[in-house]
Amino acid sequence: MAAEKMALAKALNSSLRKALETDPKVLVMGEDVGRLGGVFRITDGLQKDFGEDRVIDTPLAESGIIGTAIGLALRGYRPVTEIQFDGFVFPAYDQIVTQLAKMHARSLGTVKLPVVIRIPYGGGIGAVEHHSESPEALFAHVAGLKIVTPADPADAYWMLQQAIQCDDPVIFFEPKARYWDKGEVDPAGIPGPLHAAKVVRAGGDLTLAAYGPTVKTALAAAAAAAEEDGTSIEVIDLRSVSPIDFDTLQRSVEKTGRLVVAHEAPVFFGSGAEVAARITERCFYHLQAPVLRVGGFHAPYPPARLEEEYLPGLDRVLDCVDRALAY
Amino acid sequence: MTVESTAARGKPRRPAAKRTAGKRQQPEPGPKPEMVQLLTPEGERVEHPDYALETTPEQLRELYRDMVLTRRFDAEATALQRQGELGLWPSLLGQEAAQIGSGRALRETDYVFPTYREHGVAWCRGVDPTKLLGMFRGVNHGGWDPASNNFHLYTIVIGSQALHATGYAMGVVKDGADVAVVAYFGDGASSQGDVAEAFTFAAVYNAPVVFFCQNNQWAISEPTERQTRVPLYQRAQGYGFPGVRVDGNDVLAVLAVTRAAAEHARTGQGPMLVEAFTYRMGAHTTSDDPTRYRRKEELEVWEAKDPLLRLRRLMERENAADDAFFTDLDAESDALARRVREAIRTMPDPDGMAMFEHTYADGHTLVDEERAQYGAYVASFADHHEGD
Ligand SMILES: Cc1ncc(C[n+]2csc(CCOP(=O)(O)OP(=O)(O)O)c2C)c(N)n1
Ligand SMILES: [Mg+2]
Repeated sequence: MAAEKMALAKALNSSLRKALETDPKVLVMGEDVGRLGGVFRITDGLQKDFGEDRVIDTPLAESGIIGTAIGLALRGYRPVTEIQFDGFVFPAYDQIVTQLAKMHARSLGTVKLPVVIRIPYGGGIGAVEHHSESPEALFAHVAGLKIVTPADPADAYWMLQQAIQCDDPVIFFEPKARYWDKGEVDPAGIPGPLHAAKVVRAGGDLTLAAYGPTVKTALAAAAAAAEEDGTSIEVIDLRSVSPIDFDTLQRSVEKTGRLVVAHEAPVFFGSGAEVAARITERCFYHLQAPVLRVGGFHAPYPPARLEEEYLPGLDRVLDCVDRALAY
Repeated sequence: MTVESTAARGKPRRPAAKRTAGKRQQPEPGPKPEMVQLLTPEGERVEHPDYALETTPEQLRELYRDMVLTRRFDAEATALQRQGELGLWPSLLGQEAAQIGSGRALRETDYVFPTYREHGVAWCRGVDPTKLLGMFRGVNHGGWDPASNNFHLYTIVIGSQALHATGYAMGVVKDGADVAVVAYFGDGASSQGDVAEAFTFAAVYNAPVVFFCQNNQWAISEPTERQTRVPLYQRAQGYGFPGVRVDGNDVLAVLAVTRAAAEHARTGQGPMLVEAFTYRMGAHTTSDDPTRYRRKEELEVWEAKDPLLRLRRLMERENAADDAFFTDLDAESDALARRVREAIRTMPDPDGMAMFEHTYADGHTLVDEERAQYGAYVASFADHHEGD
């Protein structure tokens, strides 16, 4: 397959297809993933080509999906599960937190659970309640889970390959608002490590860290700041929320002396808090300003007509950048 | 990455016998399902030994009016979504009899826990239909006070409300009250742990709940066979309470069966499961494309069982209404549609600061801080404009 420009959704579909082709132990399972191809069509055409044995429409029960995925993994399969929307993962929270995350440790390393949990997450699509949330911190707090989130089609393709090959449970958060964004994907390319952060725009005045849906916003903010004020912002796509690549962040912050973290999830106890604490510890003498965070509020995700106010859009990110630069 | 692909080693393994659940053609285990029906698709009244129902022409007219107006409201909401006024709409098309029949079986003091599709039940409870539109327009997450009509907020997370209904019913028992609580849910929801747990709790505490399952044959793209191997109403038996399947497109049978189930609950006999066997005539929601997963022929079979059509046939057969009734009803439908359109056009967008309201009943210092910060941020734009 030659390099091709494709939407992030299509990149995920190609990646799943590749995994099903190369490893007969890979299974795709979830609600409506079969004939419908998933509500976002990420699994489009897979059941037709790989059969109902391998692309499985499950009963409507998330705890059931993850619980049985654990059993299938114990039997040697590599289930790639889909949770239809971020807000619907919670019926499975018990299985994920108390079972999936802990079984490797409890078995003293003998049991491996290579389960992938794909979750479309984040807002900006004008949806009703429970369809726009960013619950990554609720999982990052749990040892035993790895959490990644691609921001562009190439990462979507490769990170999903790597997540499926990983012997640990991986929660794979997909930025649903970016499903239709296009980018170059080269299936013959060589990917970087799954959990490495990536400098996506170089700069010297301030480091702006983001992941998933906010990477695009961060890049737009950096472009605007360069044009309007001549400020040079370095944008880092974290890509992985657990573990977090603090080395890459540290290198950048030692150079810029300022760090802003942007994510859609509420900032209170969010991943930005962890970044702020660790980077403050690592870079204390380089920092010219406290690490600032911009993100969601301590409120339920609001009705669609207020989501632009709730989300860290261009204006709020720039406002936060200005505050960091003002120190 | 220690698990190698067996394909890479050149010997793909497949299960010896391909026994996928989807391909099985076994008969359903257990007794053949029986379905209570009082009105045939052709509009003929039939009797059922357990569910007698006397109706006056006036009652037939009222039920028909409820169904016509509900269908019209629903069609208008679908149209408003197409015009961009709503973000999403889950249509109840085809389920009018299941909802009006059950809704009209209840007393004012009974309490209802709906899913997101119970527009017909909301109508029966007296919730102004325009209030249902707010959450689908994206101006709120609810829009009505559950206590004013004993109609809880819509619940989107599948199955959760079955437990809320059960707990509410446990409270009714403690209060010694004479109230039935109805938990609406779908065939898909029947797979959720919350629903199974609700059955257990209701049985153990003999709670006055009517579990009202609208089996509309589909959970988005998955047919009911993906959720169960036995007819859903038969599940009740394993929990120790009665279950009955009713023709969900027969408003009279639904009315009679729900009345009996509610009375069963109110008189201290505990929960009952009613499976209304019906059909989702439209898409799952306006975001869905059912042509991807179901065939036109299936739709045609169910079109012939239309709930409104069969009641109209009965009314004509029994001369229960004159022409003026139908003409007036048309005019009333048009007026309702106009009122709904007008309500959408004048529905105000919420203020941004509304985000910070109602997260807590007793307040929270972090919310106060964020409200103040965000307020100052918004105000800084206004200052900027004045300075320009
Ligand atoms: C816990 C949870 N998982 C998934 C969904 C997404 N979803 C919304 S409706 C639906 C199907 C529901 O089917 P059913 O219970 O039969 O009700 P119907 O829509 O047919 O009325 C699904 C899977 C959800 N809302 N909640
Ligand atoms: Mg259904």
